[in-house]
Amino acid sequence: MTQLVLFVIFGAITLAAAIAVVTARNLFHAVLWLLLAFFGVAGLYVLLEAPFFAAAQLFIYMGAIGVLIIYALMLTRGVMRQQVPLVNDQWALVAVLAVALLAVLSWLFLQHTWPTVDQAVGPDSLRTLGEALVDPGRYGFPFEVASVLLVMALIGAVTIVRER
Amino acid sequence: MMVQLEWYLILAAALFCVGLYGVLVRRNAVAILMGIELMLNAVNINLLAFWRFTEPAAATGQAFAAFVYAVAAAEVAVGLALIVAIYRNRQTVDMDQINLLKW
Repeated sequence: MTQLVLFVIFGAITLAAAIAVVTARNLFHAVLWLLLAFFGVAGLYVLLEAPFFAAAQLFIYMGAIGVLIIYALMLTRGVMRQQVPLVNDQWALVAVLAVALLAVLSWLFLQHTWPTVDQAVGPDSLRTLGEALVDPGRYGFPFEVASVLLVMALIGAVTIVRER
Repeated sequence: MMVQLEWYLILAAALFCVGLYGVLVRRNAVAILMGIELMLNAVNINLLAFWRFTEPAAATGQAFAAFVYAVAAAEVAVGLALIVAIYRNRQTVDMDQINLLKW
């Protein structure tokens, strides 16, 4: 029962904040709403018994990505000050399509019987994850590729914004 | 009454659709990036919900979610760098005016 109440609370926070992100007139307010949406998702991760991802959500998304987006917004500030519409002229069509996509997806999810198991998460699920990520026979290689990707993104970002 | 897998899936689908709306409708490039972040979060909710409800003993779902985190971090760093570079060249981040590659 508690779980249900928490799911509704965090789900409502996430969805309301997400809608505010895409409709806010002031882009800085949109970023703050985005941080709230990330917080709601972190709460959902706690409910899904993935505490590592809840913490990572707080650090990576609310911390790193949120600050990065605020920086980008400040560096490009003032460009949207003039009275131009915030959305382009296809917003009505896109809204209808998004609602239709949600309806179709919900219908599919409710129609299908999912092979769920009623099993608790073990106390060492984080250990299992850590061992799987560095095991050469499982996710060791993708893990290294992800590291290379992050280094490339780091170097690429610096190269792109460097003053010439 | 327990929270079922379908509820998480529908919540994630709703979050994805909101993000999709933001990506397709916003004119500011940074706002479009925010929509992409919402969509990536929806994907991660899906991965972790499937992990929790179908195979909580395995590490597969969590491992994939970790890779989505890494890709999202790389994407936002490069994307924001591109936006700053475009702003420096064109003095705008309005996607309707960035049409150099359009014929």
